[in-house]
Amino acid sequence: MTRAGAIASYAGRRFLSLALTLLAASVVIFVLLQIAPGDPAAYMMGLNADPRALEALRAELGLAGPPVERYLNWIGGVLRGDFGVSYTYRAPVSSLIAERLAVSGPLALLALALAVGVGLPLGAVAAARRGGPLDALIMAATQIGLAVPNFWFAILLVFVFSIVLGWASAGGFPGWDAGVLPALRSLLLPALVLALPQAAILARVMRSALIDAQGRQYMLTARAKGLSESEALRRHAFRNALIPALTIIGLQFSFLVAGGVIIENVFYLPGLGRLVFQAITQRDLIVVQGVVLVLVLIVVTVNFLVDIAYAVVDPRLRRPA
Amino acid sequence: MSRSPGLLVGAGLTLFFALLALASLLWTPFDPTAFDVPARLQAPSAAHWFGTDHFGRDVLSNVMAGARTSISVAIVAVGLGMAIGVPFGLFAAAAGGAVDEWAMRASDIVFAFPALILAILLTAVLGPGALNAVIAIGVFNAPVFARLARGSALSLWRREFVLAARVAGKGRARISVEHILPNIGDLVIVQGTIQFSLGVLAEAGLSYVGLGAAPPTPSWGRMLAESQTIAAIAPWTAIFPGLAIVLCVLGLNLLGDGLRDAFDPKLRARR
Repeated sequence: MTRAGAIASYAGRRFLSLALTLLAASVVIFVLLQIAPGDPAAYMMGLNADPRALEALRAELGLAGPPVERYLNWIGGVLRGDFGVSYTYRAPVSSLIAERLAVSGPLALLALALAVGVGLPLGAVAAARRGGPLDALIMAATQIGLAVPNFWFAILLVFVFSIVLGWASAGGFPGWDAGVLPALRSLLLPALVLALPQAAILARVMRSALIDAQGRQYMLTARAKGLSESEALRRHAFRNALIPALTIIGLQFSFLVAGGVIIENVFYLPGLGRLVFQAITQRDLIVVQGVVLVLVLIVVTVNFLVDIAYAVVDPRLRRPA
Repeated sequence: MSRSPGLLVGAGLTLFFALLALASLLWTPFDPTAFDVPARLQAPSAAHWFGTDHFGRDVLSNVMAGARTSISVAIVAVGLGMAIGVPFGLFAAAAGGAVDEWAMRASDIVFAFPALILAILLTAVLGPGALNAVIAIGVFNAPVFARLARGSALSLWRREFVLAARVAGKGRARISVEHILPNIGDLVIVQGTIQFSLGVLAEAGLSYVGLGAAPPTPSWGRMLAESQTIAAIAPWTAIFPGLAIVLCVLGLNLLGDGLRDAFDPKLRARR
């Protein structure tokens, strides 16, 4: 098989398992929310609702009928891009999600960029100075980074920056219409908060992957052919160490997405996290269903792309498992 | 031991918080839930070491009682994850073939849910409360232990002592319990320590957003949520509960890393 053919067949197999995972996840989400207490229709109409009006509203909201039929209606709509209509916002769930994704997406990407930009170099420096004071300092810092709950870090940052220094806005989001710079500025502190534990994890993974690579045969060969230690590190060890780093980046992306849910609430950012919390408290289940499905879709897709990236980089992974 | 200061520090911190939680059962400087409005928002002093909050509740007493909530939620949750995950993983490894394949696909699905989202979804269904936080955290711990148990069991199934047991006529279930389980125990304990620290963080996160232990049960996460609006005038209400979380999680992480190194000399050599 040609290289491209092997990659395509691998991608095809992985895509099938992605589709199955999503399908199963949609069933799990639907079933869980069926068990959820609280009837949205009763919630909307108040305590003294007329039973017949309630019945009509249930039918209108798609809450009547057997569960299997309702599931098929929901998932069929989702496949056509129709996530249903939120009863609290009186708007299509898909447009609510798209609107909020314009905040949560850039936030997660900015945090990822910060984590990679800080974590990988720190890990590389620690590995290069292994056993020295700088290594010890970086490793101690990563331990702290792992232990700090990000919402606490957020509270401290807001306190220091906005109250003591009067520097950045303490929360809220001006919207992309207000210009890219003000919008990015309001995402900076939340992204920093989200990036902290991820940068710590990446630095640790990078360090141990580089240390592992230093002991390998190909590094011996590289040194034997006259490369200096730093050249050998850069040209051979670093590229090999990127593979475990890439895995972790893929895995951690789901933590960035999930962590965003809490951090958005700290900074009053109108993202998916705020949307899902408000929807939960208002029992707007169709919104909860839609948002959770989209979050799962994002996580599964990122892991799928990471797997494909491996197959492109590493020929051994293309073989059927 | 002497080569591993991390293990000592980690064990020390973990022991300290365990004792703090136990001590809070018998004694706290003040009643953690008692309002004392005239004494509200007091800075740390000889009477109130960590100061008081906006209702005059003693912060130190709440940090102590919060340790009890965090640690008990995390312990039960991780225990639940282990109790589901380890037998599941052992079963998948012992059954092999299509059963194993399906079992791992099932754990993939749980993995595909970002852990916190799953916890939020579960608490949305079950309602907030300490017990529901335990279930939510336990559910996303289960696949971690399932994968760990399955992965290490698979390699043991090819070993000679297991082969010998099979030749001796022992069934797959009995071999899993008598021969596989004892050999993966150390890995499970190390992972358990790491999951425990994640559990403490998760409990804090859930109670911060109001999905953890319900008031009046003291909890670090809710203390921080309440401190948010008063952090500017009473920073101690935000600083001490946060520090408690950091030190407790740090201790557990150091303990886990130290235990892993102690169990696996090969890993230590690489450091």
